[in-house]
Amino acid sequence: MITTDICIVGAGPVGLFAVFEAGLLKMRCHLIDALPQVGGQLSEIYPHKPIYDIPGYPTVKAQELIDNLMLQIDPFKPTFTLGERVDEIQRQEDNTFIVKTNENTEVHCKAICIAGGLGCFEPRKPVVEGLESFENGKGIAYMVKDPEHFRDKKIVLAGGGDSALDWTIFLADVAKEVTLVHRGDSFRGAPASADKVAKLAQEGKINLLLKSNVVKVSGNGVLKEVHIEDAAKVTTPIEADNLIPLFGLSPKLGPIADWGLDIDKAAIVVDRDSYSTNVPGIFAIGDINTYNGKLKLILCGFHEAALMSHGAFKYAYPDAHLSFKYTTVNGIHGF
Amino acid sequence: MEDRDGSRKELEAPDDMGLNLMEMLKAFEYEILATCGGMALCGTCHVKILAGGENLPEQSDAELDMLDLIPDSESNSRLSCQLQVNDTLEGCTFQICGSLSDD
Repeated sequence: MITTDICIVGAGPVGLFAVFEAGLLKMRCHLIDALPQVGGQLSEIYPHKPIYDIPGYPTVKAQELIDNLMLQIDPFKPTFTLGERVDEIQRQEDNTFIVKTNENTEVHCKAICIAGGLGCFEPRKPVVEGLESFENGKGIAYMVKDPEHFRDKKIVLAGGGDSALDWTIFLADVAKEVTLVHRGDSFRGAPASADKVAKLAQEGKINLLLKSNVVKVSGNGVLKEVHIEDAAKVTTPIEADNLIPLFGLSPKLGPIADWGLDIDKAAIVVDRDSYSTNVPGIFAIGDINTYNGKLKLILCGFHEAALMSHGAFKYAYPDAHLSFKYTTVNGIHGF
Repeated sequence: MEDRDGSRKELEAPDDMGLNLMEMLKAFEYEILATCGGMALCGTCHVKILAGGENLPEQSDAELDMLDLIPDSESNSRLSCQLQVNDTLEGCTFQICGSLSDD
């Protein structure tokens, strides 16, 4: 089990900076993020976009800001669990916490800071009758983890983005039968992939159904048919072992909604003294929190990180005296 | 503006505040998640143009990429966060479509 002072859920800019502010108070941090790298949406979605409202930087690229934050917090030797999602929080008798991930990593900490941004990115699900009945290994897969799983199967893919094109091309050689269903009549993705898919369709190696939608799935415990509606609104069932809807990722609050925290419109309600949630010892900072006058800005998240650290210190060490010092006076003393 | 229940309302908004349509709809207290805050990343501010809209600007690549990923989007779909409130919206009829679920 990993032991730390503050377990930070989310390794975006605000979660990273919280390591610095906690470090100034001699508290160690462990960060957990569902994405395989640090940086949150800055690294995942817009690494090359310039940001103009970071104090002291007239302009800074998103990834550059993350790289600099990593340098800035290095003296405080944060530790990381990446590519895992926090599923569960257990309060202990001594008011510490054990945080558990979906891969069963456990972190024992004195306080929790949720810096989860938009939440975790999960596959976007189309509205299809019966979809839920065939999830979890009964035929519906929202991502291709192991292509071998689809060998000699009848596969229907739905979507029109790059990943739908790429997996159609890849699975054409693996699966017994591949059908790609796309709502539009053309593809905006990489032209080479779109051409390849058109060629495979011409050669009869895949079925390409344009201007069509998956409207219903049916089966007998496991998926048997995918029902597809064409432009003339005629629905035809086709036999399938698997349906792979590929409509990208969308941010969801996820398991955070189940931790007993006050939630308002997919954000965690906090007080403005220390950004504490309604549960003592659990704090929330950055885009994931809400309060009267909330602004979803990185710079506001940085401010919240500083106040949260003082709140977490008081929670973790109720009897200790905390003296506030400027970094210009004493410099940075890492671990 | 046509809400999810089919009810329609005529909306008037100032065009000198730098608002986009998503922000305007939130100001009118329509239920829209707009999780990403207007970066064309979440698709929850999805609207469809029912009438008018001839003068609306073309979609950017970012908007088209996201519309591609919204399962119920059609050729008349737009992300309201990418539409500035100005003369181009005059007389348009929109339908609110963005998903509300967070499960």
